[in-house]
Amino acid sequence: MKSLKFIFVGIIFGIVMSKSEAISWYRIQEMFRFQSFHMYGIIGTAVTLGIIIVQLIKRFNIKDYAGNPIVIAPKEKGFVRAIAGGTIFGLGWALTGACPGPLFVNLGYGFLTVSIVIIGAVAGAWLYGYFQDKLPH
Amino acid sequence: MDFILQPWSWYMSGIVIALVMFLMLYFGKVFGVSSCFRTICAACGAGKSIKYFDFDWKSQLWNAWFLVGAIIGGFISAHFLSNGNPVLISEATIADIKNLGIAAPTGMQPDELFDFHVLATVKGWIILLGGGLLIGFGTRYANGCTSGHAISGLSNLQLPSLIAVIGFFIGGLIMTHLLLPYLLP
Repeated sequence: MKSLKFIFVGIIFGIVMSKSEAISWYRIQEMFRFQSFHMYGIIGTAVTLGIIIVQLIKRFNIKDYAGNPIVIAPKEKGFVRAIAGGTIFGLGWALTGACPGPLFVNLGYGFLTVSIVIIGAVAGAWLYGYFQDKLPH
Repeated sequence: MDFILQPWSWYMSGIVIALVMFLMLYFGKVFGVSSCFRTICAACGAGKSIKYFDFDWKSQLWNAWFLVGAIIGGFISAHFLSNGNPVLISEATIADIKNLGIAAPTGMQPDELFDFHVLATVKGWIILLGGGLLIGFGTRYANGCTSGHAISGLSNLQLPSLIAVIGFFIGGLIMTHLLLPYLLP
């Protein structure tokens, strides 16, 4: 039963990402060509509200469903990993038109060839794990 | 009912994504998808030989359930909430992608990239598998993707996330404007 709430949130995510066409290769192309406000509007609205939500959580010490304080671990520091890893991911994002979340939404939407992208992504994560010690962070 | 079948606006989408981020925090987790690739490797036993995958992957199963939901959500959208109309991208984009050999939209995704027939071509595999490799390697190297860095990280005013998002755009712009003209046609 504990898993049900995460499935529920995932369903909301899957519906909103597909209904707002954020899972579409066309929309990602439009974004990286600066030819529409659509994707920037989505990300901008989500981040603006997200900043307000996180500030409210911190200001009012809002607890989670189990009564524990909500703690958001800071992201690990490292300029090289963020800029280099980010750039490598960006190449893949523009090529396939999907970031990790939308890959799975696309699968449910009926684009079964996206499973090849997911297999590639798992292999890519394995490659990172294998070379982690040799990479600059 | 008609407004549900129409594509949803950017502000509606942004509001619901922020709600998703809040719900994950409320359920004691941080919204972020790309760590699932690490979890899958660990669940397949990669932790035996590689330190990065040697962790309690069962503690990350909530993320797998979230993705099961994402798949179901996509299915619900396609079968019950869609009018099947093509994605309404700008005329300028339609003209640009025509130069790449991609026709104007007839649905959610271009057949030229995602129809089964691409699996019969080397280029199709390079795009799908190669794109996946870049996504998996890049998001793990950067320690997050659009959800973990752009949404969760920026919402928490994290500098590493801002740097990563700048990286996302450097990579995206290089691919779109410099590499796709050679890769696609």
